[in-house]
Amino acid sequence: MLKLGIKDLAKYPFLTEAGEYLRNTGLNLEQLGHPDWKPIVEKAYGRIVVASSGQIYNADLETLDNDSELLSFIVAIILLKSASIATLIKRFSLAEARRAEKYLQQDLWINRDKKNLELPLKIIQDLFGVNVSIANNEFVISVQEYLRRAVHFHEKEWKLVNRRVVNGLVYLTAHETVRLIRTELGEYINSKIQSINIDSIPQSFNQRVQDLIALAKKFSDTTYFSSEYPPCVKHAIEVLERGENLPHSGRFLVATYLLSKGQSIDQISPLFKNAPDYSEKITRYQLEHISGSSGSGTKYQCPSCEKLRSENLCFAIPDCDGIINPVQFGKKRKIQ
Amino acid sequence: MIEKNITLIEGAFKEYYFNRHDLIHVPSRPIEREFGFQKFNSGMIRHLVVRNDKELHLMLMKETPSDVYCSNGYYSFPNLPMSEKDWKGADLIFDIDAKDLPLPCRKDHTLFKCSSCNNSMIEPQSQCSKCGLTKFETISVSCKNCISASKKEVKKLMEILTTDLDIKKEEIEVYFSGNEGFHIRAKSIEYEPLGSHERADLVDYIMFNGAIPESFGIGRQGNSKISLPSIEEGGWRGRIARNLFALKARTPKMAKEIISNGYVAFQLRLEEIRKTMGVRVDPKVTMDIHRIFRLEGTINSKSGMSKILCKDLNSFEPFLEACLLGDDIIEIIANCPVQFRLKNKKFGPYNNEHISVPKYAAVYMLCKGLGNAI
Repeated sequence: MLKLGIKDLAKYPFLTEAGEYLRNTGLNLEQLGHPDWKPIVEKAYGRIVVASSGQIYNADLETLDNDSELLSFIVAIILLKSASIATLIKRFSLAEARRAEKYLQQDLWINRDKKNLELPLKIIQDLFGVNVSIANNEFVISVQEYLRRAVHFHEKEWKLVNRRVVNGLVYLTAHETVRLIRTELGEYINSKIQSINIDSIPQSFNQRVQDLIALAKKFSDTTYFSSEYPPCVKHAIEVLERGENLPHSGRFLVATYLLSKGQSIDQISPLFKNAPDYSEKITRYQLEHISGSSGSGTKYQCPSCEKLRSENLCFAIPDCDGIINPVQFGKKRKIQ
Repeated sequence: MIEKNITLIEGAFKEYYFNRHDLIHVPSRPIEREFGFQKFNSGMIRHLVVRNDKELHLMLMKETPSDVYCSNGYYSFPNLPMSEKDWKGADLIFDIDAKDLPLPCRKDHTLFKCSSCNNSMIEPQSQCSKCGLTKFETISVSCKNCISASKKEVKKLMEILTTDLDIKKEEIEVYFSGNEGFHIRAKSIEYEPLGSHERADLVDYIMFNGAIPESFGIGRQGNSKISLPSIEEGGWRGRIARNLFALKARTPKMAKEIISNGYVAFQLRLEEIRKTMGVRVDPKVTMDIHRIFRLEGTINSKSGMSKILCKDLNSFEPFLEACLLGDDIIEIIANCPVQFRLKNKKFGPYNNEHISVPKYAAVYMLCKGLGNAI
């Protein structure tokens, strides 16, 4: 069996081995309630807050105390479980998945020629049943395993025809390999959190649980009801929410549509927070440009249904009948 | 179809289904598959279970169906309604049909039959010369060229299946469809569990649909010769390289030219390549994991010929080997304005003539709607 060190567990705290490590330390929930452990509770809370804002919690594993990294993950789960707010758990799972994704990618890449790939490959194989092997410094997986995951991505580069396929194997970079399992990693962490039962929590955790409930409220105030959106916009927002890479044309659709519905740049920009390449500065710049408040002053219009169809961004439903632009979606329905 | 034509065709089919048990077998794992059949002028009967050859032969003799089908899918309960069948997996299937290939010969053996009065014409008309109505059916008769073009597609498909997708030759069966093309079935455990979405992407791979220049080393800017594909590579990159560099190793001059022509030019080139190198299969068939597909050994009612296994594709002659109905002489009225060949014999053209021809040719014309029983 593979021996995992504390550093590995700090990187991948969702592994079953992390629980075992904790049991071996003899630490229990009651003890964690002691004021001595307050920094860990604070760290855990911070980890959730960062995740809820759509960002990835970052830790320098070289300098930080790895025990507290692992413990803060466990305490974060306890806090989340006590607050019991699905959106927060989902956001946390996704952010933690993306954090682990980063380490997986590094571990794959750094060790690719050292034949020391046991850990990242074990995680990918044990958790998601994907067999990754190495050929000429590249990562290969079977066509079937590739297709099962890649069909959920919308970008053309993920189509099998745009991959190197030889002898039933698809060639991938380290980044692409872990990108392929991001959703599953998120779901795995989510299901792990869901499956945990906590009877009672130490008194000292209560304040932070209340803070999380308050945080989630603030959160839902700024959430827009995507059910009112046409299916193309709804789909694009869902892709963004899942933290997947929505193509430029899709982001343009979201921006122009919401601007046309009178939403402000401040209201729209948080929607892009989960995008893998999110940068607040660039998002604002782009939105300002599209809205006509900067640059040439041209206010860009929402793309037509026809254009969206050719870009594979159209997901028409019967309610779309008779409209030629997504902005007409609600209006037409009211007239009927 | 009119009653007396049905009687004649059914008689010929019955004889075949009574005498050719040697050619008609259930596929592997029959009890996990759904069977179905159709009778002339009647709807489809499906969700049937046929356990073995004996049950199949009995059904064919009893029902004399016009067409017989069997699922590519495997189910726990194949006889239950679709939602309760419990799908377990499916063979990969491909349909290559000459009518989907842009062949210049098509116009020479395609007829236009008035849907109202059955008058057949060689040239497309705006209205029927006999009754003046404007609805036509297109009918195509046997053509050697169509078959060789379809065979080429089969070979292209086989190459991708065996090299890119690593499906073993022994796992692939090639059948003549019984009319104008080929059905290919790959029984590969690895590919069996793939759902419809995955198969859609797989079929795009086979057809070379959706390829972008970036995948072949041409981006919108900053291209270098190193990222261009080379002819030794496997998969589409190698195939594209062999096309671009005409089988020679890539020369700096050629690579430079491709790069300087730019992104859009390369995109157009890929589109051209798609048309010639992509395999022209019917994507709907491959994507369908619940399809009931024509059963091998049974007769195709579009022609009266059988769907049969091609042991050697190169030498296979469908209009000889799949034409399996009797050759006793039958009288019919034929209205077939073009000539066709079956079993190395020429037939037609016939212009509403009373003729005596072997049964297989008579049934062929009746199935195509180009003649009537007397």
